[in-house]
Amino acid sequence: MSILLSNISKNFGKFSALNHIDLEIPEGELVALLGPSGCGKTTLLRIIAGLEQADEGRVLLSGVDKTEQHVSSRGIGFVFQHYALFRHMTVFDNVAFGLRVKPKKDRPSEPEIAKKVHALLELVQLDWLHDRFPDQLSGGQRQRIALARALAVEPSVLLLDEPFGALDASVRKDLRQWLRSLHHELNVTSIFVTHDQEEAMEVASQVVVLNHGRIEQQGAPSDIYDHPANAFVSRFIGQTNIFTLEQHDAQWLQTSGLQIAEDQHGKVAHVRPHDIDIQKAVDGSTAQAVLKDWQHLGALIRIELVKDSPDDSGATVFAEMPNEQFKQLRLNKGDKVSLRIRNAHWFH
Amino acid sequence: MRQSYIMPGFRPTLGFTLFYLGLVVLIPLSTLVFTSLQLNWAQYLAIITHDRVMASFRVSFVTALLASCVASVFGFIIAWVLVRYPFPGKRVLDALIDLPFALPTAVAGIVLATLYQPSGIIGKLLMDSFGVQVAYKPLGIVVALIFISLPFVVRTVEPVLQEFDSSMEEAASSLGASRLQVFVSIIFPNIFPALLTGFALAFARGVGEYGSVIFIAGNLPYVSEIVPLMIITKLEQYDIPGATAIALTMLVISFFLLLVINLLQHWVRKRSGQL
Repeated sequence: MSILLSNISKNFGKFSALNHIDLEIPEGELVALLGPSGCGKTTLLRIIAGLEQADEGRVLLSGVDKTEQHVSSRGIGFVFQHYALFRHMTVFDNVAFGLRVKPKKDRPSEPEIAKKVHALLELVQLDWLHDRFPDQLSGGQRQRIALARALAVEPSVLLLDEPFGALDASVRKDLRQWLRSLHHELNVTSIFVTHDQEEAMEVASQVVVLNHGRIEQQGAPSDIYDHPANAFVSRFIGQTNIFTLEQHDAQWLQTSGLQIAEDQHGKVAHVRPHDIDIQKAVDGSTAQAVLKDWQHLGALIRIELVKDSPDDSGATVFAEMPNEQFKQLRLNKGDKVSLRIRNAHWFH
Repeated sequence: MRQSYIMPGFRPTLGFTLFYLGLVVLIPLSTLVFTSLQLNWAQYLAIITHDRVMASFRVSFVTALLASCVASVFGFIIAWVLVRYPFPGKRVLDALIDLPFALPTAVAGIVLATLYQPSGIIGKLLMDSFGVQVAYKPLGIVVALIFISLPFVVRTVEPVLQEFDSSMEEAASSLGASRLQVFVSIIFPNIFPALLTGFALAFARGVGEYGSVIFIAGNLPYVSEIVPLMIITKLEQYDIPGATAIALTMLVISFFLLLVINLLQHWVRKRSGQL
């Protein structure tokens, strides 16, 4: 089911949580609402669900205006950050809840319910826990039960509020992959909220970047990474080095191989760490930086460089390169290096 | 095997607990038992099964039961309002709830009797429009006990309602549950153990209440005479063994009822995985 939001605004007192949001989500996508905390992403999700009412604007699901409809009749599945499992019910009863509250004429018989619940529990690989209570489960298990419960009513839209936020890192990684493959299998239009850009890039087919109640950019993860629409998106997605175009920086950037056109003066250059090549300086004249330190990030090495210019306060520049390549350079702390910037994004 | 705790002091605190229990609870209660032991079984049965005493037991337990049921319903609603909705004067209302705790019960009894007697403001209204007399009837006892026991229910339910995770309601609602279904199958089962505690406290208080009841009850033998009054009457006649026999019986019944409520509570918690 496609989702269309038009001109959504929401204020809490004087605070404007959402500011004239227009958003279209085609059927079958797995969309991430990404933004720093307080940007309005959870509020937007809750408005789509009907758990919150927008001050202004319409919510259309499959082209049908659902703005005035109560959450219980919108046909959505909602997964809460802290799971919100019914703690007085077993896992089985939790998942069966949505089926048992259906009006009598739509309600499946108990054997049908049991069959469906067990199928769902198998889908989330937790059927063996069906008679436990939520308090007896781990965080990751609870989240999967919450998902199974939401899927039981066959929602046309699945909404997940920071689904992995309360889990520890290794569980989170597994669940991300799992959610992706589950979405592949079920193909239900899904939106999840996250403040973790890595999570958004890894899981989603579409990313919507929000800030201060506005949409900054919407697109495929690679699009957003390679072509950030503005300085905020560039800073928020992945690491970036920021160079302001003052006199010395301009000179320094030009010797690093960056083309600076006339109209780019007064602008700011954003450079990804992996767009910087470094080389051991042959002599002092080609050197622009001093190697300060480095950290291992698995396959990559993050290199900390200090700009080597006499009147500069020594701002740090980050570069990244594969492990092997770094080893071949045989660099030590304090070595002078020359660098080459391959690509930069310019913003005001 | 000794277990280590962050806060030491198991022995002194347990010792103090037992000492305190002995001094304040067990010694007085065992005195009760010993005094009534002056009676033999036949004498004891004769006192207890006396028609007037039996009637007073019935009055005490039935009115306390009715009052705590009513207090549970209204106490729950009051707690609900206080927790769920902001409204002007909420703090004042919140403070008013505790007033029956602080008010001398005799004052409450006199005020209620004045209001509910056939010539009183509320009593006249009820008499004229429904033909119901409240004061000087068992119904008067129920009214007094509701007044006394309401705060017990409110104050036990309130914190549990406060802590209740409202995202559970939202989850139920998103799964298609109607408002009634959300209340019946999500909110109520989670609040029920606390409500049961409030009910038990209200009931226990109601059974033992004396001060407020005697002014409104009319104290008619066989009709509106409560057990505590029976005991006082016996004492005034210097019939100490008789008074203790009744007191002991009441103690045993109350203890048994509270035990049943506690077991019920345990069962509810266990069934819902809260233990």
